Amino acid sequence: MKKLFQTAAASFIAMAAATSYADEIKPAVVFDMGGKFDKSFNEGVYNGVEKFKSETGIEYKEFEVTNPSQREQAIRKMAQRGSNPIIGVGFAQEAAIAKVAQEYPDIHFTIIDAVVDLPNVQSVVFKEHEGSFLVGVLAAMASETNTVGFIGGMDIPLIQKFACGYAQGAKYVKGDASVLSNMTGTTPSAWNDPGKGSELAKSQFDRGADVIFAAAGGTGIGVYQAAKDAGKLAIGVDSNQNHLQPGTMLTSMTKQVDVAAYNTFKTAMEGTWKPGILSLGLAENGVDWALDDNNKSLITDAMTAKVKEAREEIVAGKISVHDYMEDNSCPSL
Amino acid sequence: MDDFFLLSLSTLDSTLRLSTPLILCAMAGIFSERSGIIDIGLEGKLLAGAFAAAAMAAYSGSAMLGLIAAIITSISMALLHGFACITHKGNQVVSGLAINILASGLTVTFGIAWFHQGGQTPNLSGDARFSPITFPGAEMIREIPFFGPIYTELLSGHNLLVYVAFLAVPLTWWVLYKTRFGLRLRAVGENPQAVDTAGISVTFLRYRAVICAGILCGIAGAYLSTAHNAAFGREMSAGQGYIALAAMIFGKWRPVPGLLACLLFGFLNALAFRLEGVSVPGIGQIPVQLMQSLPYVLTVILLAGFIGKAIAPKAIGRPYVKER
Repeated sequence: MKKLFQTAAASFIAMAAATSYADEIKPAVVFDMGGKFDKSFNEGVYNGVEKFKSETGIEYKEFEVTNPSQREQAIRKMAQRGSNPIIGVGFAQEAAIAKVAQEYPDIHFTIIDAVVDLPNVQSVVFKEHEGSFLVGVLAAMASETNTVGFIGGMDIPLIQKFACGYAQGAKYVKGDASVLSNMTGTTPSAWNDPGKGSELAKSQFDRGADVIFAAAGGTGIGVYQAAKDAGKLAIGVDSNQNHLQPGTMLTSMTKQVDVAAYNTFKTAMEGTWKPGILSLGLAENGVDWALDDNNKSLITDAMTAKVKEAREEIVAGKISVHDYMEDNSCPSL
Repeated sequence: MDDFFLLSLSTLDSTLRLSTPLILCAMAGIFSERSGIIDIGLEGKLLAGAFAAAAMAAYSGSAMLGLIAAIITSISMALLHGFACITHKGNQVVSGLAINILASGLTVTFGIAWFHQGGQTPNLSGDARFSPITFPGAEMIREIPFFGPIYTELLSGHNLLVYVAFLAVPLTWWVLYKTRFGLRLRAVGENPQAVDTAGISVTFLRYRAVICAGILCGIAGAYLSTAHNAAFGREMSAGQGYIALAAMIFGKWRPVPGLLACLLFGFLNALAFRLEGVSVPGIGQIPVQLMQSLPYVLTVILLAGFIGKAIAPKAIGRPYVKER
């Protein structure tokens, strides 16, 4: 009798597992510091998963990390509750994903912006240096003072990669252009400090810059505001941020994080999700620059043509954009 | 040389902007602490004020209404602090910390509930912000060497609240040292029994002192979110209330030395922004980390040896009990 009951229970559990596995996935996403409304990187992921939700009606679990110790906890909690797949947003979750993924080998994880080499992890990385190169070209062409600025968030190789591609792009069109580069800080709070962003931007304007590219999450909001107040130009990052300050946003360097997040859930639902590294560059349309109603008056035909030419040469391999993370150095800066 | 002159001007310019909230908070602290009430809650009042200003300005489109909302919010926080530690004789440090925690949580909660942007408020523009005031003739005398740039770059072109902050210092000095209210306020912080014996209500005096502190913190909060920045972001006060507290102790609970301490902190911050990534002749590039730690290192060194002993008001931290 007991045996029978056990078998019945086991088969019932197996059945339940099988049905939930086939069409009903339980996706989850763990946002990083900055929050899902940072108007930038996290918000891109949010838009992607929201799109998935509205198309399929499948609810997802979410968590916003507000201090570094929560990352691993949050991801493990999601795994314990049987979420699958789980998206970790941002390079900072690399260690946490690596640890939890080993503990739960049957659950699929996707990490955006970092590489975790495990059989159940998909790593989505972007060739930000290529996109930054393009906005660097635009910045140098729009600049009247021949000086362009860069403001990064936290001082890490990933952000140096943006700076380096940007500087190379600026120098590709104007060999003598000078590029100012500042980092907001060395701790994660550097992603969410608009006051400091605005002061850094003002200091770069004082030093002669008239276009500033901010790759700094929430800190960037202060940079765009300072540019608007000073009547100078700014360039957004990750999501299309042109609408934030119409008229003084030259463009935005977009990373298709929304597509990456959407695809993770979509492929998981269809059963085609694969582990490994996805590296998305210009050729894969993983990075781009944004042109819409808010900035079309700032972009001249000559600029469009030049960027198009640069893009084709990068895709064809004629220009090789230096990746800072390969050797931790930047020849253009 | 000319470049250097302009660069130092822009650094001083930025010093004024960065020290404005510190000055207002430090003056607020002086009012409260001179009356015998420890004010750890400066940070919380600053943050709550910043949120109230941004929320009101976003809703009404008027920076002035935002300022009023900030002052009201900050005063109610101050009254809460007063209720706990004047009326109910609670521990002033605990009550102040509670104010800080309350502000940190409430602002984000209300922010999410009202604006659905993860605790931020919408971006403000136009009349919803305090815009720069250009002094008369600023453009005309720009060309005059030395004095022209100082007038146009440094003195003119700030927003109203920066000037209010600098006016708050002589005003605080005048109220504390030249009025009857100020004399009684200082007396109640040194020897409340004597004030009580003279037939003046200690409770009422201390309440008025914390209300003054609330007004000043509210202005500082409005400056953060509607003048210096253009929106409220979670935890945007970033410890400035504590720095103001340090500056106040640094200035030995006096308005003018307090002002100088705030300016010093502001200047070091501004310098850190300017020197980041710049090669200094003879030294080379200064590491960012060094620049960022400089204000704190300097505070420790100066407090340890150079400014002498900072003596707090005698009755600070002790609730007044009339009869045992």
